[in-house]
Amino acid sequence: MQPPAEMVHWLFGVGILFVGLCLLCEAVVGREVWQRRRWRKYLWPGLAFTLGLLLWPVMAFFTNSAIHMYAHGSWAEVLMLAGGAELGLVHGRLRSPLWRLTWPLAFVVTGTAFVVHEQNPWLFARSAFLHHLVGWTFIVGASIPLLLAWRPRSAALQASFALVIVAVSVMLFADRDVAPIFGHLSPLAGAPHR
Amino acid sequence: METPFTTRLPADAAYAVRVRIVSLLGPTVTAAGLVWAILQPWRVTLLHPRGQGFWWLLIEPPLLVAAAGVVFALVVARPLLADLEEHRAAAR
Repeated sequence: MQPPAEMVHWLFGVGILFVGLCLLCEAVVGREVWQRRRWRKYLWPGLAFTLGLLLWPVMAFFTNSAIHMYAHGSWAEVLMLAGGAELGLVHGRLRSPLWRLTWPLAFVVTGTAFVVHEQNPWLFARSAFLHHLVGWTFIVGASIPLLLAWRPRSAALQASFALVIVAVSVMLFADRDVAPIFGHLSPLAGAPHR
Repeated sequence: METPFTTRLPADAAYAVRVRIVSLLGPTVTAAGLVWAILQPWRVTLLHPRGQGFWWLLIEPPLLVAAAGVVFALVVARPLLADLEEHRAAAR
């Protein structure tokens, strides 16, 4: 009764897309307007924390290999850490802006885990390509939250952060368990579902 | 020389751009989902359900994208636009 892995990617894609849209809106209207309603300031940090929480069942049930479990477990930890730190910051419990460094940490750990746990080359199949692409997007994109820790009011950096998140959600939606990428599909990958 | 007109115009233009972006985000995402469903109808398994399992009938990625856009427009964008208008009125 377990869903195929691609569907888990799509479901996380929805959550990540929603977080990206919220971040984009916050960048457009500014933090002051975004936080005018109490519930809204907790919205995307809460969603990020929840996505981290939901990665634990993924770790527990998708046990293709030990490295998959380590990868999913490490994402769960860093996403909960970054989401929790952001919740603490918007609530006022945490005051040091250094807590925002949890986002570049989360990006680097996530990206590294994506790249490391995909053991096939880029053009093996679409899922392999997207794992490499998402991984490197996170690793390179980590520079944006890193800069945001020093320039938290920069609308351009906030918008860039949001667009990286939206781009990752698009990549997750493009994922298929077995499908060609640019016309390449390894015969070892199996038969495409549809 | 500075006039009220010349100082207010950029602020009004910026406000209009903000309103437009926030109000278009949800519909754009919904439209993207629907266009995806039209371009790749085989991704919507509900359209040809014979022989498909539970998960393939439950999770339809183009519809998930469209639904995310609708929920975002109603739950986030609409109250945000009201707050943006309030903020602008208070600032005047």
